[in-house]
Amino acid sequence: MKEETKQGWLFVSPWVIGFVLLTAGPMLYSLYLSFTASSLLSPPQWVGVENYRRMFADPIFYRSLSNTAYYAFLGVPLGMLLSLLLALLLNAPVIGLGIFRTLFFLPSVTNTVAMSILWLWLLNPEFGLINTALAAVGIDGPLWLQDEAWSKPALVLMSLWTVGGQMIITLAALQGVPKELTEAASLDGAGAVKRFWAITLPMISPALLFNLIMGLVGALQVFTQAFVMTGGVQPGSEGGPNQSTLFIVLYIYKKAFQEYDMGYASALSWALFVIIVLCTWAAWRFARSRVHYEGGAT
Amino acid sequence: MSATGEIALAGRVFRLSLIYGALVTLGALFSLPVLWMISSSLHRLPDVFAQPYRWLPEVWQWENYVRAVTILLVGRFFLNTMVITFPVMAATVLSSALVAYGFARFRFPGRDVLFSLCLGTMMLPGQVTMIPLYILFARLGWVDTYLPLIVPALFGSPFYIFLLRQFFMTIPRDSEEAALIDGASRLRIWWSIILPQARPALATVLIFTFIGTWNDFFGPLLYINSPEKATLTLGLNLMKTQVLGSGVVEWNVLMAASLLVLLPNAILFFLAQRHFISGISMGAGK
Repeated sequence: MKEETKQGWLFVSPWVIGFVLLTAGPMLYSLYLSFTASSLLSPPQWVGVENYRRMFADPIFYRSLSNTAYYAFLGVPLGMLLSLLLALLLNAPVIGLGIFRTLFFLPSVTNTVAMSILWLWLLNPEFGLINTALAAVGIDGPLWLQDEAWSKPALVLMSLWTVGGQMIITLAALQGVPKELTEAASLDGAGAVKRFWAITLPMISPALLFNLIMGLVGALQVFTQAFVMTGGVQPGSEGGPNQSTLFIVLYIYKKAFQEYDMGYASALSWALFVIIVLCTWAAWRFARSRVHYEGGAT
Repeated sequence: MSATGEIALAGRVFRLSLIYGALVTLGALFSLPVLWMISSSLHRLPDVFAQPYRWLPEVWQWENYVRAVTILLVGRFFLNTMVITFPVMAATVLSSALVAYGFARFRFPGRDVLFSLCLGTMMLPGQVTMIPLYILFARLGWVDTYLPLIVPALFGSPFYIFLLRQFFMTIPRDSEEAALIDGASRLRIWWSIILPQARPALATVLIFTFIGTWNDFFGPLLYINSPEKATLTLGLNLMKTQVLGSGVVEWNVLMAASLLVLLPNAILFFLAQRHFISGISMGAGK
């Protein structure tokens, strides 16, 4: 073997070993487990497609799917819109931008558990800041997390507070839009709105696509907020009123680590994996014809 | 000044005030939760429920922080979190930098396939591996130890491998080649020539790893059972459960404790703002 080949493999070997032991191996094993009845204590027993048949007949699985879809399809577009708005504002030539950028970005580096506890208090129906503020303008605020109709919107609202990362990405893209282009369009008589649709938006579309895909992948895996905010005192009570915040990862967690139903939980996680791949693929397909990459490459 | 000039000026002033209005409104909305958190954390318990709420406490109850610190320290949560975080930071940065150097500087068959595979695993949801990994670590007798949280860091992390590789590619090869001719080993070159020049990128990796590990909840939730081994995030959740169980929620102490837990993030952010920005933009730029 060539010396360079040997050394190269040596350097990348930590990742290769980790990939085999901690990623590829476990993936294959979880696929196998999904065709078995398995608890931690007894060896897995082959049951064929039984877990998948059970899954398609499981109303709680569908409930967790629709909860997750609700959260992702409401939260991701709203988050993208808000982060775009913030980035556009921060791209304007005004003084004091650094302060505002910090204000908008800071919540996104907080600790999810600490943030969840803060929002539990903010969303408190009786004494929380949100309902107190709503009451001040004469609105009778909802029960938020204690009401099955409002528990998911409450979590979406909280997710909007952490769009800082997306905002930074969009802002970086906005700052990369060549000034000559907008100036030329301006001279040609294009107004601000026209310039935005015809130049700015296409130029930043790769960043928006990135935010869309990362946002979707993240939202489909939402767990910690739901676990911390919608659980009671008893373990197992997580998932909110009438299971309205039982998201799919929370359901997998309960099946695997509270009920030790490892076979069924593995089937659920493969279902989630397929859903994430499909959503990513769909977002990419949808965007491919609309996203503009500099240099014409698609 | 001509009439059209005046109209243009009026338009600019109008636009500017619109932008400032939006910035100030949104800035207030984004910062109010934190201000309310600070305010609540300094109230006496009955005062947090007072209607109308007074933002400035009547009595500044600093004792809430004493109690929060006592709970976090006596519960060893703070210490436990550091015992996990620092080894993970060291292991992640070293292993990722080794692998990144391999991808950046060597030509070998299979390299590009491996690198795409490495990038691909970045998108992989953790749920498809978590059950087998749990079974594996349980077989090894590692449940309720910190090993499942630390050992995986020895194998490099795809995002940081990518980030460091991109950075290494920008380092000129001259001094490396001179060292090779002098007979230095590749490992030695990596350590004493490449790493010192990559300090900004390494700092970004360290910061992101710190934040990720410090804030991790899912990992400790899976693997740590004993309350005395709990991390800050587990401890905070435990605190919440306990106060919920006792009937009266001591929001003032909970807010003080939550603030203390997220303080390191905020401090780190203010010290290293540009690392955050560059790390995030880097992730999107690929």
